Amino acid sequence: MPKTYEPIATNTLGSAQASYTFSSIPSTYTDLVVVASAKSSLTTTTQVKLTFNSDTATNYSWTRLLGDGSAASSARGTTQAYVEVGYIAGNTGSPSPDMFILQIQNYANSTTYKTLLSRWQSMNAANAYVAAVVGLWRKTPEAITSITLTPTSANFDTGSTFTLYGIKAA
Amino acid sequence: MLNNIAALVGNGAVAVGDYESIQTVTVGTAQASIAFTSIPSTYKHLQIRSIAQCSTNTSPWQRIVVAFNSDTTNANYADHLLQGNGSTASAVAETSSRKGFGLAAQSGSTYFGANITDVLDYANTNKYKTSRTLRGFDSNGVYTNQIITLESNLWMSTAAISSITLTLEDSSNFNTYSSFALYGVK
Repeated sequence: MPKTYEPIATNTLGSAQASYTFSSIPSTYTDLVVVASAKSSLTTTTQVKLTFNSDTATNYSWTRLLGDGSAASSARGTTQAYVEVGYIAGNTGSPSPDMFILQIQNYANSTTYKTLLSRWQSMNAANAYVAAVVGLWRKTPEAITSITLTPTSANFDTGSTFTLYGIKAA
Repeated sequence: MLNNIAALVGNGAVAVGDYESIQTVTVGTAQASIAFTSIPSTYKHLQIRSIAQCSTNTSPWQRIVVAFNSDTTNANYADHLLQGNGSTASAVAETSSRKGFGLAAQSGSTYFGANITDVLDYANTNKYKTSRTLRGFDSNGVYTNQIITLESNLWMSTAAISSITLTLEDSSNFNTYSSFALYGVK
């Protein structure tokens, strides 16, 4: 049985950096999965933004479902320059990072807009959330060859981990 | 370790090497149903990953209807949904419903709905079967009804699942480029 679920790239940051990019993604898989465990370099929490193929035009939109421990809510962004895919805690000395998992299906086709799904959680005491997000990339359909993740107002802190998996269908 | 954590938070990664492709259906010409048959009982769980579009445009999206082992008796199924449409969150419980299994975007565009469904302990003959789906559709506000949903489906049967058939709630077709992939998780 051939391998179906394979790690493509993984990295643990040795120093804080402003963004993280998976580049030169091969087109040989059916779906991609990104698993990230990250913290902000500042004490405050921050959003994590995603762009594909270095496209920073307003070709993105997203819809979010969020629970904060007392209520559920929903919000969306249209004609955005990114998809909001996560929310990470600040570097307050706690060893607990926040996680987001991205599912990017049929990423290599050049016929459909790309829809991604994200599940994320932020367990910072002051900003504890769990959320699900659907994101859309509306650039003229092209294969995804790179994924860039950027904290809105900080760096990814040392020790943040990022792993990209490929899933290959029969 | 990270893989195990990811699996616990839902619809995430699983341990590499314990995940196998069973069957894939990519729609070349619009078709009314997607069928996975002769599913082996050798896995612990199943996962279906899909992008889908339907052949009608009367609604921004249509829900996907499931039949396990060709059982189309609605009374044998139920589902629950927690969803957000971009402005409000809501929860729904449905009895006699086979619709807790994802969505397909409307036709006439290059938008597709995305779905990931886990069918848990599908071969166990001592319990009813529960599945969960993460589904989403966004059109940049072109269509009024964006949606992101966590949903569960209950099939009140103790039979091992050996086939899964997917159709659309309005009985339309799945459009070209829709793709459904079935995986087994050990």
